[in-house]
Amino acid sequence: MSDAFRLAIRLIALAFVAVVIQESVISQLSIFGVSADVTPLAVMAVGLLCGSLAGALFGFGTGLFIDLVLVQTLGVTSLLYIAIGYWAGRLHELRDPSHELVPLAAGAAATAFAGLGMAVIQFLLGVDAPVSFLLLQQIVITVLVNTLIALPVYALVRRIVRPALPDDPHRRRRRAYATGGLSPLQRPSERLGRRARGA
Amino acid sequence: MHDKQIRRRRAVLAVLVGVSLILLTAYFGESQTSPLHNVQRGIAEVLSPLQAGASRALEPVRNIASWVSDTLHAKSQVDGLRRELQTYEAEAARYRSAWLLNRQMSQELGLDQRLGISARDLVTAQVIVRDPALWYETVEVDKGSDDGVRLRDPVIGDNALVGTISFVGPTLSVVSLITDHTVSVTAQVLDRNGDTGELVPAVGNPNELVLQDLQISNAQQAMTGPQVGQLVSTAGFKSQNLESLYPQGIPIGVVSSVNTNEEISSGNIQVTPSADLRGLDVVQILTNPRAGLERAQVP
Repeated sequence: MSDAFRLAIRLIALAFVAVVIQESVISQLSIFGVSADVTPLAVMAVGLLCGSLAGALFGFGTGLFIDLVLVQTLGVTSLLYIAIGYWAGRLHELRDPSHELVPLAAGAAATAFAGLGMAVIQFLLGVDAPVSFLLLQQIVITVLVNTLIALPVYALVRRIVRPALPDDPHRRRRRAYATGGLSPLQRPSERLGRRARGA
Repeated sequence: MHDKQIRRRRAVLAVLVGVSLILLTAYFGESQTSPLHNVQRGIAEVLSPLQAGASRALEPVRNIASWVSDTLHAKSQVDGLRRELQTYEAEAARYRSAWLLNRQMSQELGLDQRLGISARDLVTAQVIVRDPALWYETVEVDKGSDDGVRLRDPVIGDNALVGTISFVGPTLSVVSLITDHTVSVTAQVLDRNGDTGELVPAVGNPNELVLQDLQISNAQQAMTGPQVGQLVSTAGFKSQNLESLYPQGIPIGVVSSVNTNEEISSGNIQVTPSADLRGLDVVQILTNPRAGLERAQVP
């Protein structure tokens, strides 16, 4: 089975489980008056780990699935999540950020974008009822709550998709050991020197 | 090679955005019986047993989290609620007396009693899915048209109105809560004048509704009009063969804020819903209104 196929299967399963768990359980738990939303975090994590193309496709699929499950206007959530997945993927491709707190900042940005983007689209589609300023407060609280859970969600997604990634660092390291490659604990000169001495 | 990758990436992105926009445009302009709605209904129907299963399987986790949250919240509310209870007990005695008198007089005058809740059947349903978005205040329940649920049926929970059915499948329904921006209710303040208006949500604030279009034109009317703490319930109405979607007398909430200037100039007051809309586990759907009557809602 090719790596791409294995990755696609894992991403489909991840999207399915994330949406079902989110809508059936997490959304029914209220924290500071709002519910956490793991779906933009999952899209962000896939983008950061797999790149822009996979991130955009995963965002589209997850968004469409949410719209279908919740029986709401099709295309709204997928449009927002495409952008989240794509931007997270581009961040990975252009900067390849290695700092541990990057998922935290990216998770906050993804949640803020999803909240504000939804507000903009709803205004464009037309709102009959008065809109409270508390909407902004609710978006901010949701961003804070999601920021708190961004790292665990990222770690979980990484655990799920990493074995299927073509350039998985763990697999590359294992392959290197098996074929007599470099250990990351050794400098190339040391290893070459030992070989020369052995010879 | 690199250029090819970039072109492919951009092409895929453009296709995805295009498909999303086409779906959005097509869905927004379509009726409830259109192909896209039917596909959506089918998928929601197929997934509903899975969601119900997941919801029930993970109920203990939800209960523990709710218990912790509720306990912390409850402690801060005890004193206030004790004071409210005393007020309501006194009010209940007065209302009981008025209700007995009203029933007696209505019987003597032969008034139509069929607008009330007693004219409907109650279907109890469990909440299986909740939408976390601030813009779609909806929940999904595990009862549908097979159980007699119909589009626009009123839904109650915590002994108060919580919303209306906005989507029906054979085994599931979607309830748009009264805090959803698509829902409005003809409501009445239980004050001396019985002031009636249209209750709409304040989008973004799940704990507030706005009762608007009250007919209060001067300070004298405002004095005898709605006051903070008064109950608000569905008004219900019947005009020839048209009838309100909501039966008369379902509690909705209490008046939380009255600004006399705003009340006179725009006829608006603020109302807090009685039901805990974010903590609903079980709801009751009022089905089966009298046959032969069309139902309507005040625009």
